[in-house]
Amino acid sequence: MGGVAVERLESLLRGAFPDAAEVRVEDRTGGGDHFQVIVTSPRFDDLTLLDQHRLVNDALAEPLRDGTIHELRIKTRGTS
Amino acid sequence: MSDLQDTIKNVIENEPVALFMKGTPQFVMCGNSDRALRALREAGAPVTAVNILPDPAIRQELQEVSGWPTIPQVFVNGELVGGADITQELAESGELAELLTERLGPDYRDRAEERVVDVLAPAQR
Repeated sequence: MGGVAVERLESLLRGAFPDAAEVRVEDRTGGGDHFQVIVTSPRFDDLTLLDQHRLVNDALAEPLRDGTIHELRIKTRGTS
Repeated sequence: MSDLQDTIKNVIENEPVALFMKGTPQFVMCGNSDRALRALREAGAPVTAVNILPDPAIRQELQEVSGWPTIPQVFVNGELVGGADITQELAESGELAELLTERLGPDYRDRAEERVVDVLAPAQR
């Protein structure tokens, strides 16, 4: 089950950040609902951390709402 | 707007540092809430905590006010700082203390006491 959710989150993030240098989704507990996502994208350049995380939250709005994501850790990096 | 949303807004606007969390500082019920609390404590922040677990409506109303989908949420002087990851990153880089000094004044550590507000019982505040 965990793999399916990881793939879904990855494809949502790739869709939201098509120019990302890195998109990584880790199932932190193996239970398929605690995730860490790492996104490196030029879109984060010059954005505050709050706005960077906001973009990630927006990309994952659906799985956050439907309970797929029980816990989310976000790590964002710009490329500049 | 509901009374509950009003109460939540009041906490955000009137408390120097508001932490909406799962559990209380004395009994934290979630790893992310714990990380945010630790980061705030390390920075010497005067934390006012709100436990969102007693009623799912608290989380719903909070999300409507803040537009932020996850718990915990940290506010300083009415402004959203972020969730656990942002608060922790800012604490590690020293920026959290800078932000607290900037917004609360250089003596903010002097009033670094923790309190808990029950948003379901506003009459007791």
